[in-house]
Amino acid sequence: MVKIRNRLLLLAATSLALALPATAQDKGTLKIGGLATLEGVFAVPGQDGMRGIEAALKEANYTAGGYKLEFIKASSDASPDKALQAARKLVEQDKVAILVGPLSGSEGLAMKDYAKTQPGTTFINGTSAAQDTTLRDPAPNFYRFWTEGAQWMAGLGEYIAKDKGWKRVATIGEDYSFMHTQFFGFALPYCNAGGKIVQRFWVPLGTKDYASIISALPSNVDAIWLGLGGGDAVNFLNQYQQAGGTTPLIGASITVDQSIITSKGRARDALKGTASAGPQADTWDNANWNKWVKLYQASFPADQRFPTPGLFATGYYISTKAMIDGLNGVKGDLTDNHKALRAWLSAAKIDSPVGPITLDENRQAIAVNFVTEVAEGPDGNLVNKVVKVTEPVNQTLGMDRAKFLALGPVGRENPKCE
Amino acid sequence: MSVTLGEAVTGAARGEKRTAWLSWLNPAYLIAGLLLLVLPALVGDFVLFSIFAWSLCLGMVALSLMFLAGYGGMVSLAQLTIAGIAGYMVAIFGTNGTGTGLGWPWWTVLPAAIAVAVAFATLIGALAVRTAGIYTIMITMAIAAAFFYFARQNYPIFNGYNGFNLVLPPKLFGVDWRQPLPFYYLTLAFATLSYAAVLYVSRSTFGLALQGIRDNARRMEAIGFNVVAHRIAANAFAGLIAAVAGIFLVWFNGGISPGSVGFGPAIDILVIAIIGGIRHPIGPFIGALIYALLSTFAMDLVDPIIGRERFKLIIGIGFLVIVLFSPDGILGLWDRLRARMAVSRDCA
Repeated sequence: MVKIRNRLLLLAATSLALALPATAQDKGTLKIGGLATLEGVFAVPGQDGMRGIEAALKEANYTAGGYKLEFIKASSDASPDKALQAARKLVEQDKVAILVGPLSGSEGLAMKDYAKTQPGTTFINGTSAAQDTTLRDPAPNFYRFWTEGAQWMAGLGEYIAKDKGWKRVATIGEDYSFMHTQFFGFALPYCNAGGKIVQRFWVPLGTKDYASIISALPSNVDAIWLGLGGGDAVNFLNQYQQAGGTTPLIGASITVDQSIITSKGRARDALKGTASAGPQADTWDNANWNKWVKLYQASFPADQRFPTPGLFATGYYISTKAMIDGLNGVKGDLTDNHKALRAWLSAAKIDSPVGPITLDENRQAIAVNFVTEVAEGPDGNLVNKVVKVTEPVNQTLGMDRAKFLALGPVGRENPKCE
Repeated sequence: MSVTLGEAVTGAARGEKRTAWLSWLNPAYLIAGLLLLVLPALVGDFVLFSIFAWSLCLGMVALSLMFLAGYGGMVSLAQLTIAGIAGYMVAIFGTNGTGTGLGWPWWTVLPAAIAVAVAFATLIGALAVRTAGIYTIMITMAIAAAFFYFARQNYPIFNGYNGFNLVLPPKLFGVDWRQPLPFYYLTLAFATLSYAAVLYVSRSTFGLALQGIRDNARRMEAIGFNVVAHRIAANAFAGLIAAVAGIFLVWFNGGISPGSVGFGPAIDILVIAIIGGIRHPIGPFIGALIYALLSTFAMDLVDPIIGRERFKLIIGIGFLVIVLFSPDGILGLWDRLRARMAVSRDCA
């Protein structure tokens, strides 16, 4: 098997060498690993994430810092062990220098711990957005250029409690680290603004039947905060429509992602008008954002992508772009365990499609956030319309770091909100 | 399918004949052993660790299933659950990345983890022996599913969906046992030990009685064997092997989460045992090696043909082809090949 692969690689390398002028490849080939969920509940977001990497690589013509970049894909199913297995193959067998990924929350927590055992490799997070990946006990070679779950909710709690005037909500969330983080980011400011969480439901990731939850939903609430992603969200929304649910919904960031609002059937009807918040908004009129949308649309045929990039594509694009800019910035200097590259990345100020991004001392992104509402676009597609753009929000949501850490790790019961 | 006392004796004689057959096979054992011993000189660290050490761990879990299914006639889908319990206990009793471990020393952690897992295996056995055939599969599947969902939703003990990271072997005698070379030899030693133990037990009085029970439980009961006790003891013995494998698996992965004891991986263990063959203890290890190779390299294989996203297709097709051409696994294929060779030799 290995022999066949090597031969194919050789073939590919020779044909590339013949096709391209020799100038770009002074330093030879650099292997870049990409890890996303191409299986399981997040398979569709995973494909969009891979599109993000490929768009960035195509844009750079697969060269950076004098290297020819060779991109190696790997897949997981959103479980930590699958992600580790895939990462081990990329790092230890394929010997990638830099790994971009993973996609999902608990994978990121595992990846951070794995990164500590591989000091020679630089890890750049994809879209995995659990809080403790960078907040507590971070890995020195793990970078996250995309904000995380709690930051993604910034601005929403106040908006719901004050502008919408909804003071009582029930919540439904997937029972794992990322959704706990999103819940925390929504509930903390919401409760501070006088809102109340009446009841919270936590369902296992990959739940298909929501009948029991829909029938147990309290009727005396103003809205339901819905923290489901991928196939879970589509399943819930279809069943919620069929059950005749009318209580307005508030979406977690991935609940109103392109991967869901472009789905066919009744799910999309249930989402119209849903308020949410996230690291990007489809209708944001900004030169950098429009440029990214154009790049995304130009990089893939219309039937192999979403109408506009989802937050997974954007997250992976920004992370890969940061890597490419970093390699160019240090002219491909990867000596001494990527020392120069890591210093460059830590100090980077990136002019990204969603505004400027900088990193804090734990190598976690600080960026603006968008409060959005799902609306019908001019061509009949649903889009996330900008309601409000927040100031750049850091991982402690503007609070003092020590006080924020004292709130404890995210979980089902944090915050209590009584 | 009628087994008389006389035939049971023939069975014992067959055991002797098998020993003779083994001594004929000795060169094969020698070559395989030598190859496995010098393997680190032939392959890289990744292949050594992520293919061979992993195969040995998975092979041990599948071996425990092979023992139950092949000699006891009980197909249990809960063997990975038992391994998972041992793994979880190592994370909980010892130290892990979340800082919730009890921090006991390794020489208390390992026996305690094995004891809990074997106790659980015995319990499963006590429950499952009241059933037979497809019902045993069902009840063990239910237990496996129940444990998976419990671990996934229980945060106080099992830390829910995240599970535990940074569960590493102790650094004994100045050796980092997680490094590919020491870890490979460690798993190789224990895999060989379990393999030999299964072979030995299969030829012991207990093992022969178990095979008698597999073939005709009623007759064995009539001639005075305690069928239930034999079956429960078989479950406990298989549980011991699975528990040891579980400890290696948690060290191999550097952690454990519900995904490692889920429904899919439990079926994978059955697939490993079936494609390897469940008539001889070497089968599970062959199956595990094929499984590890396919699940690691399928993505590279399909790359130029159907795109990396569809790599699961090649895994499925691989297993289908094996089962299609040899319903009794790779071992069956080997046996048939040998028989054909013997026939052609006779003809000549």
